[in-house]
Amino acid sequence: MAKITLDNLAHSYLPNPTSEDQFALKQLDHDWVDGEAYALLGSSGCGKSTLLNIISGLLHPSQGRILFDGRDVTHAPTAQRNIAQVFQFPVVYDTMTVRDNLAFPLRNRGADATYVANRVQQIAQMIGMEDMLNRKARGLTADAKQKISLGRGMVREDVNALLFDEPLTVIDPHMKWELRTQLKSLHQQFGHTMIYVTHDQTEALTFADKVVVMYDGRVVQMGTPQELFERPEHTFVGYFIGSPGMNVLDATVKGDRAVIGGTEIALGKAFGTPSGKIELGVRPEFTRLSADEGLPAKIKRVEDVGRHKIVRTDVFGTEVNVILAEGEGISPAANRVAFAPEGVNVYADSWRIKAEGEAA
Amino acid sequence: MNKTVNQKAWFLVLPVLVLVAFSAVIPLMTVVNYSVQDTFGNNVFFWAGLEWFEEMLSSDRMWDALGRQIAFSAIILAIEIPLGIFVALNMPKSGFWASFCLVLMSLPLLIPWNVVGTIWQIFGRVDIGLLGYTLDAIGINYNYTQDFYAAWATVIVMDVWHWTSLVALLAYAGLQSIPDAYYQAAKIDQASRWKVFRYIELPKMMGVLMIAILLRFMDSFMIYTEPFVVTGGGPGNSTTFLSIDLVKMALGQFDLGPAAAFSIMYYLVILLISWVFYTVMTNLDKRDGV
Amino acid sequence: MTDTAQAPGAASLPGRATEAPAVARRKLPIKGSVVVMTLYLVFLLLPIYWLLNMSLKTNTEILNSFTLWPRDLTFANYATILTDPAWYSGYINSLIYVSINVVITLVVALPAAYAFSRYHFMGDKHLFFWLLTNRMAPPAVFALPFFQLYSSVNLFDTHIAVALAHCLFNVPLAVWILEGFMRGVPKEIDETAYIDGYSFPRFFVKIFMPLIASGIGVAAFFAFMFSWVELLLSRTLTSVDAKPIAATMTRTVGAAGIDWGVLAAAGVLTIVPGALVIYFVRNYIAKGFALGRV
Repeated sequence: MAKITLDNLAHSYLPNPTSEDQFALKQLDHDWVDGEAYALLGSSGCGKSTLLNIISGLLHPSQGRILFDGRDVTHAPTAQRNIAQVFQFPVVYDTMTVRDNLAFPLRNRGADATYVANRVQQIAQMIGMEDMLNRKARGLTADAKQKISLGRGMVREDVNALLFDEPLTVIDPHMKWELRTQLKSLHQQFGHTMIYVTHDQTEALTFADKVVVMYDGRVVQMGTPQELFERPEHTFVGYFIGSPGMNVLDATVKGDRAVIGGTEIALGKAFGTPSGKIELGVRPEFTRLSADEGLPAKIKRVEDVGRHKIVRTDVFGTEVNVILAEGEGISPAANRVAFAPEGVNVYADSWRIKAEGEAA
Repeated sequence: MNKTVNQKAWFLVLPVLVLVAFSAVIPLMTVVNYSVQDTFGNNVFFWAGLEWFEEMLSSDRMWDALGRQIAFSAIILAIEIPLGIFVALNMPKSGFWASFCLVLMSLPLLIPWNVVGTIWQIFGRVDIGLLGYTLDAIGINYNYTQDFYAAWATVIVMDVWHWTSLVALLAYAGLQSIPDAYYQAAKIDQASRWKVFRYIELPKMMGVLMIAILLRFMDSFMIYTEPFVVTGGGPGNSTTFLSIDLVKMALGQFDLGPAAAFSIMYYLVILLISWVFYTVMTNLDKRDGV
Repeated sequence: MTDTAQAPGAASLPGRATEAPAVARRKLPIKGSVVVMTLYLVFLLLPIYWLLNMSLKTNTEILNSFTLWPRDLTFANYATILTDPAWYSGYINSLIYVSINVVITLVVALPAAYAFSRYHFMGDKHLFFWLLTNRMAPPAVFALPFFQLYSSVNLFDTHIAVALAHCLFNVPLAVWILEGFMRGVPKEIDETAYIDGYSFPRFFVKIFMPLIASGIGVAAFFAFMFSWVELLLSRTLTSVDAKPIAATMTRTVGAAGIDWGVLAAAGVLTIVPGALVIYFVRNYIAKGFALGRV
């Protein structure tokens, strides 16, 4: 178990990057706390896997350092870092039994035979595969194989961190849920530092203590699921997290007033006079239909997704989604959308700006 | 893939059936026909029963040829399979040099077999061949037309030269199909180079290696042209393998009866061994769920 | 996995994403592998070089001095071959029967492979195995019966006879290779095409064949290869009109001994078609040799 420090870290796949665009991973400075579960969330190409590979030592960064508990491991080979990794595809040694698979990392490090036997038994119990120990790994289902990879990762007691690279991609939907729950409980039980790469927000939000949202090689926000939901630091976070994502509208803001398409609305908080490209971000959960206040809107369609309804409307050419609670009807007179002031965020050039008086 | 039952599919295989029946069944019937008859010339044949089979089975000639054949196939398999794997492991993984190696390695495979023989016949000659001249110059007595060991060494090195690339190419294709994640996992698990080979690369290559072994076994068991050009089966009969012996008997001496009996038994041996390989391979296929 | 190296969306495709190229290639002992490959390639090329070397020398130089490269460079040996119809017709004959063989092989093997890959029918497994056994048939066993068979139907010494004889081992191999490739094409594609109103022949030519184009290429390559390199049957079944180049090479043995220079030149020329074919398929060689079974 270790604290992971990223110090001035950046990476480019080109040997001599000249512009910032050529960096797959732009400069990062972060401390990742020992024993926490982190999820790296972002769409394809955002650099999350690059970052993971740098941590595991499969890639060496172009600049900066990476430290485990203050020890510089930037150029240490993978084996010396004492990390474990579970890959997108179940990597198991087909010709070995489940037992030998689990014992493999220990035996390679020359562990004592009785210790190996006990430890393997323990792990098998943890991942619920005690009755399969003597089977060959070949021919097992994808989720069983993925459990073995997970077990192989946890079998060493001294691992600094457990890394997961989209580990549930090839798992059947109903098994996904079970494996994720199992992971979560293993984390609570044993307190490994875990880093979990995914592009699936549900996985990230349910698994992690802290979600690290990446966009275009940058960490745009790192926070608890709730923080990401309520205070997206970047319009990308708002848009990427949530279903549907945050509504973003071009606006001009002056003090506690915003003007959108010529209609003025109250923000409830003062923001001064921000410059740059100003946008309002409001989650559909904080948006409601109204007959007499807010912005003029045209209802395009209504989608019933079970627990609630999503109303898709058009506001000055921008799509604005509204979530209606179950049983809530749509009044025929409703031709406007209104925002709850506590759910309104203001963005300048895509980054969130704080309201006057908001704690730093 | 779950297939549907459809008897009309027979129409699709009919052309193959007709063609192969024409070029396999009719000639085989001829062979069987000869194998149970005797002749005193003038195309007059009479029934000889299993006489020829008995004669061939009790003659040393066929057993000796079979022994040489088995020794030859065993030796070249024992060299070519490990060497092919070794070469495959050392090949560049991608880019220009990978294509470069692939092209050059494939070259011997597309040279007509008698030219392969000619190349080695020339290469090994003491007067005009680089190999023979060099060996002679450093004082090794090397003459593949006179000396038993030299003849065998030449024929074996020639086969290794000719066919190792096939094994290497197959093994290489197997290696290429291993996802990077396996190597990364092995690093994390601190597996040694040997263990990576033993537990990752070898299992993933098994399927293609079985093809390589099957092809190399069959083709080496049927080898004719290359050793015939180089040694003509000599010195003595020391490199007279089954096919060479058979052609000598059938086309050289026109001993049709014995040659036919010989042919049938020869074919049956190959079928038997190949059937074993085939069974093993399809079982592997099933196990992998390919 | 490198996100940056991929097109957007590619990461979600199972089977693709982990194969990204740029992540820390496994570090083999680079130097060692270069040494191994160099040695192996030298071993492969040296005998071929020697043949080439000899083909560019005069017989006097070949026999009277031992030289590592031609001191007295001459193309006379090649000129001899390329101007004498008795020589070059051998190449033409070989190319004719090889081409006929490749065409016949593909035409009959394609529908059969389709049947084996898609349907169960009476005796399918036995038939498939029986076909494969023909690939295992020693040409020596068939040499004499073929001679008699083709003589009796007046096909002796024709290109078609050699082409048909080579089908004996090329057709089963082609069926096997194509079946492997066809198994990889999901059956839903066939069904969709039928629903869209395609007839079987039209579906097969327009939709299915393009999908297994690489498999057809591999099968054609192997048919070419085995037909081109085979000598025993082609020599037995021809005398003058369809005599292959490989058999023509025995002409170099004359009263005055062997004409080494011409023999070597003829040998070099037989390597050329193979080398050309390899060059054209260089990017598919590794996959091709695995017969679609990796």
